[in-house]
Amino acid sequence: MSRGAGPGPARSRVAIVRGSIDPGEVLALVGGAGDGAVLLFLGTVRDHADGRRVDGLRYEAYQEMAEGVLGTIADEAAGQIGSDRIAVVHRIGDLAIGEVSVAIAVSSPHRAEAYQASRYVIEEIKKRLPVWKLEQYVDGEAAWVAGRKLEAIAEPKEMAR
Amino acid sequence: MQVRTLFFAAYRDALGTATLEVDLPEGSSVGELVTRLRSRGSPFDRLPESPAVAVNRSVVRGDARLSHGDEIAFLPPVAGG
Repeated sequence: MSRGAGPGPARSRVAIVRGSIDPGEVLALVGGAGDGAVLLFLGTVRDHADGRRVDGLRYEAYQEMAEGVLGTIADEAAGQIGSDRIAVVHRIGDLAIGEVSVAIAVSSPHRAEAYQASRYVIEEIKKRLPVWKLEQYVDGEAAWVAGRKLEAIAEPKEMAR
Repeated sequence: MQVRTLFFAAYRDALGTATLEVDLPEGSSVGELVTRLRSRGSPFDRLPESPAVAVNRSVVRGDARLSHGDEIAFLPPVAGG
């Protein structure tokens, strides 16, 4: 598990991986004696999309950029809640139904901050991470999921720290 | 000057290529690169008129100026998570 190339505080840990994600391993990256809340979010592959039966997903990333963006998002979340204990792993490649595509672990002294940071990270991933998803349907067809257009950020995104 | 373009996901599938070296006049903008590529006709005209573009891994606006050796990625709408 290595940290992404993004700038910022050193303790948020992020990775884009090809192999399966072990949630316990991600969870083990956070936590501490001062933390009363540890939260794990898993995004998993579901068997349907817009009424079609899905057989599996293929994720593709602009890897060199995605690791930096993931690091920036994690650092922003860390800054907002004042906890640096955030770990984010996103998987790419071919995933079967039920497999974990993304894992977000956060720990903080109290639960509200952990929920806030976890939610922030997943929502920003959906807006900003250069990752694409090919849905492979049971009927043999496949289609790239219509996603969200990336926006140029005129000024560096405001950081809470 | 020469730049390196990258195409991902649906754009790569539409173009049938993941990378392309492109010669451009000095000082060209991202928008001018897009216009130049699209003017090659099929299949390049399948790129949108104003796609999201990252230069050296940062998303920029269409009026951003390019430099020799830049890495220019054409990014379809994203769907991570």
